[in-house]
Amino acid sequence: MPLSKNDLDAILLTLELASLTTLLLLIIGTPIALWLARTDSWLKRPVGAVVALPLVLPPTVIGFYLLVSMGPNGFFGQLTQSLGLGTFTFTFTGLVIGSIFYSLPFVVQPLQNAFEAIGRGPLEAAATLRANPWDSFFSVVLPLARPGFITAAILSFAHTIGEFGVVLMIGGNIPGKTQVVSVQIYNHVETMNYAQAHWLAGGMVAFSFIVLLALYSGRSTRMRTL
Amino acid sequence: MFGFGKAPPPAVHDDGRIRARFLVRHPGFTLDVDLDLPGRGVSALFGHSGSGKTSCLRCFAGLDRPQQGYLQVAGELWQDSERGFFLPAHKRAIGYVFQDANLFPHLSVRKNLEYGQRRIPAAQRKVALDQALQLLGIDHLLERMPSALSGGERQRVGIARALVTSPRLLLMDEPLASLDLKRKQEVLPYLERLHEELDIPVLYVSHAPDEVARLADHLVLLDEGQVHASGPLKETLLRADLPFASDEDAEAVIDGQVCAHDAAYDLLELQLPGSEARLRLPHAALPSGHRVRVKIKARDVSLALNRAEDCSLLNLLLATVESWQALDAQMLLTLRIGDQRLLARITRYSFDQLGIHAGQALWAQIKSVSLLAP
Amino acid sequence: MFKPLKHSLFVLGLVFASGAIADEVKVAVASNFTAPMQAMAPAFEKATGHKLVASFGATGQFYAQINNGAPFDVLLAADDTTPARLEREGMTVPGSRFTYAIGGLVLWSADASYLDGTDAALKAGQFRHLSIANPKAAPYGLAATQVLAKQGLSETVKAKLVEGQNITQAHQFVSSGNAELGFVALSQVYKDGQLSSGSAWIVPDAMYDPIRQDAVILKQSANNPAAVALVEYLKGPEAAKVIESFGYKLP
Repeated sequence: MPLSKNDLDAILLTLELASLTTLLLLIIGTPIALWLARTDSWLKRPVGAVVALPLVLPPTVIGFYLLVSMGPNGFFGQLTQSLGLGTFTFTFTGLVIGSIFYSLPFVVQPLQNAFEAIGRGPLEAAATLRANPWDSFFSVVLPLARPGFITAAILSFAHTIGEFGVVLMIGGNIPGKTQVVSVQIYNHVETMNYAQAHWLAGGMVAFSFIVLLALYSGRSTRMRTL
Repeated sequence: MFGFGKAPPPAVHDDGRIRARFLVRHPGFTLDVDLDLPGRGVSALFGHSGSGKTSCLRCFAGLDRPQQGYLQVAGELWQDSERGFFLPAHKRAIGYVFQDANLFPHLSVRKNLEYGQRRIPAAQRKVALDQALQLLGIDHLLERMPSALSGGERQRVGIARALVTSPRLLLMDEPLASLDLKRKQEVLPYLERLHEELDIPVLYVSHAPDEVARLADHLVLLDEGQVHASGPLKETLLRADLPFASDEDAEAVIDGQVCAHDAAYDLLELQLPGSEARLRLPHAALPSGHRVRVKIKARDVSLALNRAEDCSLLNLLLATVESWQALDAQMLLTLRIGDQRLLARITRYSFDQLGIHAGQALWAQIKSVSLLAP
Repeated sequence: MFKPLKHSLFVLGLVFASGAIADEVKVAVASNFTAPMQAMAPAFEKATGHKLVASFGATGQFYAQINNGAPFDVLLAADDTTPARLEREGMTVPGSRFTYAIGGLVLWSADASYLDGTDAALKAGQFRHLSIANPKAAPYGLAATQVLAKQGLSETVKAKLVEGQNITQAHQFVSSGNAELGFVALSQVYKDGQLSSGSAWIVPDAMYDPIRQDAVILKQSANNPAAVALVEYLKGPEAAKVIESFGYKLP
């Protein structure tokens, strides 16, 4: 077996992190995307830009600010401490929070595009057919935006799997808690365990390829059914 | 300006009429209307594009919220900005037919139809699904997806979908505008059946005079967001101060009842209500007693003091001069035959030669009659 | 037309002329030696006329990069095993390996009153996180685990350990307050013979294997005068003064 127990733990932890992050991001990202798709407010552009920041910022920048703000002297850290939650650096919760920031645009943007593509027509039709806003969200918006949700989920999952900089900055390399695959690869390279590094790195390449393949073939079949 | 200062009529008082006041201000456009419409039949909101027809309809539906507004339908208050009351669209008992049908693309025709119907209490379902299917001739389309329908079929499904919510007010936004002539001909008869078979008041937005003449009972003329005229269709069409009558194509709409058919010459004979006069026109047979509408263009009517005995015209009717109006070198006369009114356009020279005066009886020679509703 | 041409020819001549005297040395420097290297670089450049370009990072990472053709002339490692391994693999100029500094380990806290110059706070265990460098990758991390083992604390602090990928990150966790204390390199918190901030316990040498930090000239740079000059400079008295001022010992 080329993979150690630590490696397997790292893989499981990474999958857990990516799944939880994706789930939470879909819940958080949907109202943001819905608002961005519908609003005429002057805040639309600033908020859109903030959401897109992680696309251009190095992950270490996000990681650094998270480290400082979630730490005992940071704003967020003092808030969590006053709530009796302690600080989130070096914890799995901290990684989830970091990943949510880091992958936010990968969820919000496909959803926003999907919502914008739906337009107001179906929502107005639903309203004239006695559907209240919640009802029409679930019976019209969700089904029509399904391709957007699938894209968002896949991108968020894959992007979180590949996250490194943020985890490096706030993780502390704790096996089973914050030691994810990308960090474990880095560990192996640093300690000259190139064989194990290859196994994990190769696995990542294969995984990413399969994800993108699924995404692209899904996209083309969706196009055909439209 | 409308009188927002005075208290709105109490909504509980149901005189069956629809009362609406909307004030919508957009940059570059203001809709400012005050309407009192009959609680039955088809009221057409007529005007060219940009006149505010659709904006007005959206206010009725609650899709747009006017800065100031009042709306009462069938004794129910839907909106009163003075009391800060606004019933959102999904709580109004309306049916809305969109210009482009706007069917849900992810649902089959059946699911589209059931969407609204399932959202009203069973006790309020007055229009059965089967009835709507039959009325609009779409029972064979139930399992199709909207993308597999023609434009005309889509529009009929859209109408049925609105109907099965058993609305108290049916709002139709140019339901035929996106269709070509052939599809229009396909859908129009269904709209007429609707009119005849269901007792639901309809607000019908259109910029096509033909559709309005054929379907409407009441006409509202909108121009740049203002009500230019509002009244019963036939009277409003004849009003000399409105663009209809002064138009080159000015026409009168006349009701008739089928009384005979000459099979040898394929001529249909119509009795005009309130008089002995009869109209004849080339047309296939229709059941006797059937009510129809015909239109007669003002320029197709000439006048004579005596009945011309040796004339190719089918229709020579004795009419009474009611009023007239000068239009450049021509005169537009309103004539009465029984209960019905007719427009005639003649030159001023002829007007003087014939010595026309109010109450004068003369012969209207009608060159052409076209049937609106079979 | 002639003037600019003459001008650029003149500039070109200058470049060639200076190139003849001044060479460039690209040096890979272990993170813990960042401060002393920055302190001595200007003096080195001034004394020798050579240009020094330093990259700071983890020794293991440098090893992987050098093995894959990274264009470094000199490696200042954080340990003695990596240079030895490179030497065995024939990647270095034979005989160029030497110990340029012996690292000191310190238990440090950003809080000026947390440590009292002893290991009392470490033993008391009233902290949430103890930061160390990755012991597999960084010699200071390995030394830290040796100290903990010697104190019999390995098991009790295990759940509180957080690892930086290198000693710089281990220090960052402590300086940002996320870890109350951590084992870092003395050079990171020590300047001009005294603690520059926070509070500390300077770990006695006997509690961990000496952190011998070796340097080598890499094979492809055998004929780079600047590389040789840097190694000579590091062995000289001026460098020694700087190195010691950061808490390192000399062999």
